[in-house]
Amino acid sequence: MSDLTLLPILLVVVPLVTAAFLLAVGRFVGGAGRVLALVATLANTAIAFVLAGETLGQDGRPIRTEIAGFPAAEGGIELFVDGISAVVLGLIALVSLGVLVASFDRRRQDSFYALYVLLMAGLSGMVVTNDLFNLYVFLEISGLATYALIASDGSGRSALASLKYLLVGTVGASLYLLGVGYAFVATGYLNMVQLEGAFAEIGHQEPLVQTAFALIAAGLVIKIALFPVHTWQPDAYTEAPDRVTALVAALVSTTAAYALVRISLGVFTPAFFEANSLIHTLLLALAGASVVAGSVLAVMQREVKRMLAYSSVAQFGLVVLGIYLLNGTALTGTVIHLLGHAIIKVGLFLGVAAFATAYGVRTVSEYDGLAERAPYASAAVAVLALALVGMPPTVGFVGKFYIAIGAFEAGAWALLAIIVASTVLTLGYVMRLLERMYFADPPDSSPVSPPAADLSTDGGDPTDESATDGDHTVDEPSNDGPSNDVSRTDTAAAGRISRPLLAVVIVAALATLALGVLGSTIEGALAATVEVLV
Amino acid sequence: MMELLTTHYNYVVFAVLLGIGLYMIIDDENLVKKVIGLNVFQTGIFLFFITISVRDGGLPAVGKGSESAYVNPLPHVLILTAIVVGVSLTALALALVVRIHEEYGSIREDVVVEVLEDE
Repeated sequence: MSDLTLLPILLVVVPLVTAAFLLAVGRFVGGAGRVLALVATLANTAIAFVLAGETLGQDGRPIRTEIAGFPAAEGGIELFVDGISAVVLGLIALVSLGVLVASFDRRRQDSFYALYVLLMAGLSGMVVTNDLFNLYVFLEISGLATYALIASDGSGRSALASLKYLLVGTVGASLYLLGVGYAFVATGYLNMVQLEGAFAEIGHQEPLVQTAFALIAAGLVIKIALFPVHTWQPDAYTEAPDRVTALVAALVSTTAAYALVRISLGVFTPAFFEANSLIHTLLLALAGASVVAGSVLAVMQREVKRMLAYSSVAQFGLVVLGIYLLNGTALTGTVIHLLGHAIIKVGLFLGVAAFATAYGVRTVSEYDGLAERAPYASAAVAVLALALVGMPPTVGFVGKFYIAIGAFEAGAWALLAIIVASTVLTLGYVMRLLERMYFADPPDSSPVSPPAADLSTDGGDPTDESATDGDHTVDEPSNDGPSNDVSRTDTAAAGRISRPLLAVVIVAALATLALGVLGSTIEGALAATVEVLV
Repeated sequence: MMELLTTHYNYVVFAVLLGIGLYMIIDDENLVKKVIGLNVFQTGIFLFFITISVRDGGLPAVGKGSESAYVNPLPHVLILTAIVVGVSLTALALALVVRIHEEYGSIREDVVVEVLEDE
């Protein structure tokens, strides 16, 4: 086993061990928790970049690792990293790093950071594994960490949203497990590469194979939160602490969507969908409905977080659409859109966090004239919002463009129309927000509330300033439950945006621009991997 | 049909457990009963995995008699892991229910929703 094949294991083991030891060390060394979490996140970022360097490009080769020397042919668990998984791994590490910097706060409990790295372990595991059952375990690990993080501000509302998510999410994961059981009955394998061959051998129209796919897809679609099984998602995103929302919205559905790409194209292969046109049509219809319904529901929301949550339903509709167009162009678009959407959403939700903590604003109507009060944050949010619409030269444009070209190549005119319409629909809710921020007069009646005495900003150490937001801090656990109530004048408004938070939002905005310009480079780097899958 | 029921009753129980569990999760207003429903649902899936590992006249894979037929041990190992996952989820779910009860004084969803609407 050379050093390189060890790296995918480390991606899971490093955060897992950190999560376990962080709490123990934190008891003796104050503040060790967040430092250890930062070290683990940096380590994962470095590993992900090395793996990307090895697997991307024309001469990139997938890396396969057999755990503990058990050969995969005899039922051992195998890890597998190709170009697409390397990109998703890099995304997980970088977004975790960004959100961690934005929520670096000595007043947070160590348990928060333990859950944080546990989530990173679960998500990385889902991406590197080449074993269907192993994927289930990592799906549940990341699920557990997500549910706990969502309820981590201790409010009743977030506990209720989290429980709702837990019930629906566990049913989804259980359906996935049942699908794995059917696949195992049909073939006797759990390894994805072996399953691919075995399915082709026994025939894609075998009822056991069809059922296995239906159950696995149903489970993952619940986790991705496509319409109409998205109902857990808006509550969970809205009631969670702001920074947790940013992390969860950027990574959890994204990783589930990656698993769907892997299993649909790598295990069941496009031949399965050619043999089962009804399943194929149903999936495309589901994705199309998700795009339209998500966008329409987003336009109707008053609360900004809830609006962005519904927007994710629509954007993942596009992603799933890209998967089942079954051609290389659409798949490239899917991967780029997964990447772009995650960066856009982490930036937007952190922007929402910044505005909420600085000015106590949470609804669309409260965003009146924000650009005047917070020009830098507003500019970054505007760039991210336009990227969500798909404005060139942002990454949002590149992803949608490739998916649209893919639909054109596939001759799917109705779907092409939906993709184009989705841009207009997205513009509908994004412009409503930007128009308020830039062209509405700031309301006279709601001046910036003076900072509460114990939250005064002293302009000292920037990491101290991030402690002023009341977002899951030890001191004031119940002050933060976001409510649907329009009049939230009692929110402790800090009056200014913490610098690390602002920096991460601006970096996210610049990243969408940079990735947009580099669009064709990304396509070239992914080309070899995409060719294998489609 | 009767023969199928008498020889494959495990699969019938599996399907019934899934149905009961799902019904409890969806229909019951009591949050603790929802969590119990989730457990019933998962137990149905565990039963499915254990059933598919059985072979007629099979012995446990551990122990003597390596020449004779033995049941497939892999699903057993998988379900052992899945049970651990299920227990962790139940613990977390119950902790959330405790939190909800502290906040709203009830574990019935309809009552909690009423309290939330009054706020």
